[in-house]
Amino acid sequence: MTAFLGMPARAPRGVGQLRGDLPFPAAAREALGNAQLRSNLGRATATIRAKRAAVVDEVPDWAGLRAAGAAIKDAVLADLGSHLIRLEEQVVAHGGRVHWARDANEANRIVTDLVRATGERDVVKVKSMTTQEIGLNEALAEAGISAWETDLAELIVQLADDRPSHILVPAIHRNRTEIRDIFRREMGRVGVPAPPHLSEDPHELAEAARLHLRARFLTARVAISGANFAVAETGTLAVVESEGNGRMCLTLPETLITVMGIEKVVPTWRDLEVYLQLLPRSSTGERMNPYTSMWTGVHPGDGPLEFHLVLLDNGRSATLADPHGRAALRCIRCSACLNVCPVYERVGGHAYGSVYPGPIGAVLSPQLTGAKDNPSLPFASSLCGACYDVCPVAIDIPTMLVHLRSEVVAASGPKPERAAMAGVSWVMRRPRLYTVALRLSRVARLFGRRGAIRRLPPPLSAWTRTRDLPLPPAETFRDWWVRTHGSP
Amino acid sequence: MRVALFITCLVDAMYPRVGQATVQLLERLGYDVDVPLRQTCCGQMHTNTGYADQAVPLVRQHADVFAGYDAIVAPSASCVGSVRHQHAALAARSGDDGLRRAAAAVAERTYELSEFLVNVHGSVDVGAYYPHRVTYHPTCHSLRLLRVGDRPLRLLHAVRGLDLVDLPDADVCCGFGGTFALKNADVSAAMLADKTASVLSTGAAVCTAGDSSCLMHIGGGLSRDGASVRTVHLAEILAST
Amino acid sequence: MNAREEILARIAAAVPRPVQVEIPRDYRAAGGEGRGSADVLALLEDRLVDYRATVHRVGPDDVHSRITAVLTGAGIGTVVLPAGFPAPWSPTAVRVVADEPALTPGALAGLDGVLTTCRIAVAETGTIVLDGGQGQGRRALSLVPDFHLVVVRAEQVVASVPDAVAELDPVRAMTWISGPSATSDIELQRVEGVHGPRRLHVLLVFP
Repeated sequence: MTAFLGMPARAPRGVGQLRGDLPFPAAAREALGNAQLRSNLGRATATIRAKRAAVVDEVPDWAGLRAAGAAIKDAVLADLGSHLIRLEEQVVAHGGRVHWARDANEANRIVTDLVRATGERDVVKVKSMTTQEIGLNEALAEAGISAWETDLAELIVQLADDRPSHILVPAIHRNRTEIRDIFRREMGRVGVPAPPHLSEDPHELAEAARLHLRARFLTARVAISGANFAVAETGTLAVVESEGNGRMCLTLPETLITVMGIEKVVPTWRDLEVYLQLLPRSSTGERMNPYTSMWTGVHPGDGPLEFHLVLLDNGRSATLADPHGRAALRCIRCSACLNVCPVYERVGGHAYGSVYPGPIGAVLSPQLTGAKDNPSLPFASSLCGACYDVCPVAIDIPTMLVHLRSEVVAASGPKPERAAMAGVSWVMRRPRLYTVALRLSRVARLFGRRGAIRRLPPPLSAWTRTRDLPLPPAETFRDWWVRTHGSP
Repeated sequence: MRVALFITCLVDAMYPRVGQATVQLLERLGYDVDVPLRQTCCGQMHTNTGYADQAVPLVRQHADVFAGYDAIVAPSASCVGSVRHQHAALAARSGDDGLRRAAAAVAERTYELSEFLVNVHGSVDVGAYYPHRVTYHPTCHSLRLLRVGDRPLRLLHAVRGLDLVDLPDADVCCGFGGTFALKNADVSAAMLADKTASVLSTGAAVCTAGDSSCLMHIGGGLSRDGASVRTVHLAEILAST
Repeated sequence: MNAREEILARIAAAVPRPVQVEIPRDYRAAGGEGRGSADVLALLEDRLVDYRATVHRVGPDDVHSRITAVLTGAGIGTVVLPAGFPAPWSPTAVRVVADEPALTPGALAGLDGVLTTCRIAVAETGTIVLDGGQGQGRRALSLVPDFHLVVVRAEQVVASVPDAVAELDPVRAMTWISGPSATSDIELQRVEGVHGPRRLHVLLVFP
């Protein structure tokens, strides 16, 4: 029988990038040791936080837009099938073709076959989280097809054989000097080399990227993109970007293949009036991103002659099945939550192991893969709530993290912790016993040195490695109360 | 008005002076304070660590203990946040409608100390005197969960003798996060290092906040570094005369 | 069961009882005041300048001369003109190329600039929308050449994004342009000029 009737269908293992090699705490420890990384991230996130705050503050109806942005997505998710069918009808009616992919493997196969059918060995790519998620470039490479990333940050990551570490700015972990060195070293290996005497001035680096990619754009015959939005009622696709590489890919080649998660559909054209205000201000901190391209199927005489839309599930329907987790599918990939997250700011994106890092990644990745495959991510947060505050579609990430923690514990909670938690709860349900236990905990006073506890055995050593604990005072509050205010 | 003190397990065990200060302050302001001794813990640690099922009986107990009071006051934004924002979902999880109603009734009468003073008591000047240089750390749960806003600052401004200095990057988490401090100790410590550096940069003698848990964390870092800055709960400052 | 059927079945199983979700539209809707007003035009100019676009204000009788002056002043020798561009505005002293038959990407790259009209402009966000209508050309025209001069008439300028969305026809191929191409990919510092036109000039025509 088919999978959907039993366990929800999660993103398959062994393909794409939704799982890390290390648990988050171990990966984070490595990242924390990289001073360059921390300084790059600290500077970049501080810059973007300030820009975002300024352009959000100037919008008098931000709260209204945010509420609408959340509700529109909820409306889509409440009846996703109907919206997808409508989208398909419209895309087809306007000359496009629609393909459905249950998971990463199927999507990769579809795209590979489509490219093969063109006879091309090279494709240009618009930055797309979805194709990163499914490992499309690797799948194409296996089929002998070279996928060339054209977004500046993706180009940096591809040239350095690195991994993206941020949703919006995949090379946020690199500073200008590192980027210059990567360009000097790698550009010539795959195409037009970096200009001699390239400096680390961002203007010069952008110019080098322009020169490097120019010929590729002008000769490309196949392009692959993601999509920010797809309008069900009209079949219109939208891609927002800054550099013009997106426009190049969406406009110049003869064949365009767009891979899109099924949750990216919005019901009506009018709904874009909400997201085109929420997204740029939340992501790059601009009033509007430099370029937004919109197309509906094939436009005779303007742009690609062939348009394919691949609709990807890959764990999304399984995420949809959890009423406490499905709001993660509202995400419009702005990355505002990454930029305000004190955890992300200190460890960067690689520590999360998934292409979706930061707070949204910590709730999205474990749902796409199933909590069992990403058990440390829901704990990668101090629950400070900064992410929820800035989320333009009001995803209550802290509450969702707590929910997913209970999923992880239910699936694979560590046994000693489970016993300790049950024991503490058992005592806390018995006030008399609890009072005695509190009193007995005064014994910890024996471990003190110079008025503080400086060393404890595991697991509490994790605290005392860098922090003191105060000594428990001789008398608990409740004992003081009884002593001063009467009998128990 | 029958005011119950929701003491919180951490204050009960580790910071009785914060509870004593809260009692002194409320009594000085004319309230008849009661401390129901059957209270234990709101269950937040269990909930946030993924043990919701172990938290449900604690919600039941909390709702039972605090039923019938006009106001329930706690010197902790985090614990009030748990009562107000988590107990409903936990009660719903139990499927017990009676518990749902009881928990909701308690939640809507539960106040964090600064909320109670400003909104219910209706005054920011509580007659305190505290001649020290103080910086205030707005804890995440007071800032973003309860949205107490500038209430603590208004209370501090009204304290005679107090020299209040701004904390740089005040709204950034100190890295405590309950069991986060243990499960992700390295990240937690990195966040703490930045927070203690901010505190030290103010030149304040005292760092205050509305949560003993965060102060325990910040104080633990300061103490390990041998810094002389003391961590003092908002209630202790407001109780001082 | 094919992929389409299976995905739709998974979705149906995930949300067994679809519910109607009310969408609150408590934000500024289309139809706000000020289309083409002095305030709205000033706002558009401010936003465009903020993006490092160059804005030229001009009266209706001076469009042709100013276009020529801007192009020659920018050192533009050849410019591509889309079909339907108003003939009286066609520049002189600059070589004008038509897109008939359609120019190859390589040929477009060999041109110095492009001159277009637009469909609508949004003041609040500094956005100019091209939808391939008369005088705007297919999308590649306003993309490949390194210099773009776009003529915006005052009455085309609306205040907000909802104002524009309400007027646009979604099934046309559209490009929303807000300043010259830019990137923030290096240390999140904005740099103007990557693959799209590095110079964007806007001729704002007042009545």
